[in-house]
Amino acid sequence: MKNIFVPNPKEAESIQIIREVAAQFERPVLLFSGGKDSITLVRLAQKAFYPARIPFPLLHVDTGHNFPETIEFRDQLVEELGLELIVAKVQDSIDQGKVQEEKGRYSSRNSLQTTTLLDAIETHKFDACIGGARRDEEKARAKERVFSVRDDFGQWDEKNQRPELFDMLNGKIHQGQNVRAFPISNWTELDVWEYIKTENIAIPSIYFAHKREIFERDGMIWTASEHVYREENEEVKEKMVRFRTVGDMTCTAAVLSEAETLEEVVEEIRASTISERGARIDDKRSEAAMENRKKVGYF
Amino acid sequence: MSTENRKLINIATAGSVDDGKSTLIGRLLYDTRSLTTDKLEAIERNSKQKGYDYLDFSLATDGLVAEREQGITIDVAHIYFNTDKTNYIIADTPGHVEYTRNMVTGASTSQVAIILIDARKGVIEQTYRHFFINNLLRVGHVIVAINKMDLVEFDQQVFEDIKKDFEALIEKSDYSSDQVTFIPVSALHGDNIASGSETMSWYQGPSLLEYLEDLEIDELDDHGTARFSVQYVIRPKTDTHHDFRGFAGKLYGGSLSVGDDVTVLPSFTQSKIKSIEFFDQQFDEAVAGSSVTITLEDEVNVSRGDMLVKSNELPKSEKQLSATICQVNSKPLRVGAKYILQHGVNQVLAKVDSIDGLVHTDFTGEEAADQLKLNDIGKVNFRLSKPIHFDPYKDSKSNGSFILIDEASFDTTSVGFIQ
Repeated sequence: MKNIFVPNPKEAESIQIIREVAAQFERPVLLFSGGKDSITLVRLAQKAFYPARIPFPLLHVDTGHNFPETIEFRDQLVEELGLELIVAKVQDSIDQGKVQEEKGRYSSRNSLQTTTLLDAIETHKFDACIGGARRDEEKARAKERVFSVRDDFGQWDEKNQRPELFDMLNGKIHQGQNVRAFPISNWTELDVWEYIKTENIAIPSIYFAHKREIFERDGMIWTASEHVYREENEEVKEKMVRFRTVGDMTCTAAVLSEAETLEEVVEEIRASTISERGARIDDKRSEAAMENRKKVGYF
Repeated sequence: MSTENRKLINIATAGSVDDGKSTLIGRLLYDTRSLTTDKLEAIERNSKQKGYDYLDFSLATDGLVAEREQGITIDVAHIYFNTDKTNYIIADTPGHVEYTRNMVTGASTSQVAIILIDARKGVIEQTYRHFFINNLLRVGHVIVAINKMDLVEFDQQVFEDIKKDFEALIEKSDYSSDQVTFIPVSALHGDNIASGSETMSWYQGPSLLEYLEDLEIDELDDHGTARFSVQYVIRPKTDTHHDFRGFAGKLYGGSLSVGDDVTVLPSFTQSKIKSIEFFDQQFDEAVAGSSVTITLEDEVNVSRGDMLVKSNELPKSEKQLSATICQVNSKPLRVGAKYILQHGVNQVLAKVDSIDGLVHTDFTGEEAADQLKLNDIGKVNFRLSKPIHFDPYKDSKSNGSFILIDEASFDTTSVGFIQ
């Protein structure tokens, strides 16, 4: 019997994109949050260059308010695969007086990340940042190109994007500009989960149901932590929860869940009637929250 | 069914403003339970706020502030949904004439086009244009969705009349009649979208979703001969893979097997395929669409931009090129202008020798022109700094198309379809 390779079209497309980034740019970097999408990117990059190593470093923009499980996972992955990891700290941006810590009920370091990211791009002279954004996440993201050109202020000009035809990618940019490259643009949340399951990719434990100290506000489940603002009357309880998306603690809500295995997680996602970003507190700020953040350089 | 084998259908919608594209997409999402509660609630909330007594699904697809402000679609939005059998990607493209370039963008990756027609208006100028573009891009399957049937009392005669008008268009095109399917629908009420219609019992054909689900993978494939485009040379230089030299790229059309005699372009060096690898596995054969790594028997020189082909299936190699161009940038294409021509991942310099004519997108012919402005489609002759190795677009979409990049701004200014 002939051993015929039949491609998974979405995987094949992502690998093609990742290779284009590596070939067209001088100094690419993979934006790594420790979440399922960037973990999937790492696997795709491994496949793109095997048996060689991934030819670019990872960049983690660390808000300092991350789930400890994610950081632990990150360090283990980097060590196992022999990758180079660069950590850019939001705390440094705060200490340098470049950004100001938010105060009050909805305070978060999420939007502060933009400044830290743009600084890191400038310091390391990155000309391409590979990100795990998907067009199905949010309606402004649905408009994003695979190679999305940003100016030297990191800005996205949403009304004047380069057309992308067939799978030909034009990565030519001027000094100071950079490209945000999105290899899994065309994947859905379910595609990512099914891929993680099929490939048996390791993910941080917070994606599986576990007991956690939480409190409830505005119909969402917040992590009880010193980093998350909580009023005295907001009562801390212990519940079985898991996370569908991993930002930092201040902008990621948990969901009630009993799903303890990848099979159960995939089933839960399949049956869910709430979108992934329904649990993202950062998107609830306004109708155009994501578009506005992207315009000024947010990932 | 495993995810790996789930088929993928890329669809582009086309239609004039207010023909109901967004409603149709919204309805497809809604009926396949792909629209989550929070997104649906947002649509309900915003529809109410605007004072509508119906659900405005365009709020789900028009993702930019400027689009919601003006109530029109400016740029392509990609919408995704999965059924048990199929992954779908819908490119929701703008209906306005001035955004034709974005329609071309959406249609370039699609195997199926849905052209919407308002049953009250019938075939109009925009229908001609959209059908022309699908014909030019050779989108394999066209579904003509005659929408708003509820507003013409679900009258079969209205459907038949529009179908007849459209059939006259098919005669002028390269399409055969079995590539075009007519479905009477009411996107607002869901008739013939995901399931059949009780009110239109005179229609015996499949609903839109049934039609899509029944398409076979080999009907969707871009057939043609094997063209392996080298993106990246892999040289690990590690202890375990010290002498490994693999060519990573994507295989378009056909298939390649270990032992095949291959020619490396542009050098025309001959060799044999030694191995086909993907990640940590080896295969005897790879089929179209594979992003694999290939090693050769001989130590031949292969770089990014080169192409591996079977030695008995060589493409054309020429320094002169005639192509149909769609101008997608506001800076016009003029005779004498120089561009970076990107064909696959290979780049050469190209000069515009002459413009044969501007093509009317209503199938009425051509007129003389000395430039192509934004959204114009024309026939152009180029002279290249080095030969490229191509097939006519009708034989291979990937090896018969290219983009032009402006040397100063680096913008993608045009897309070309080689004759």
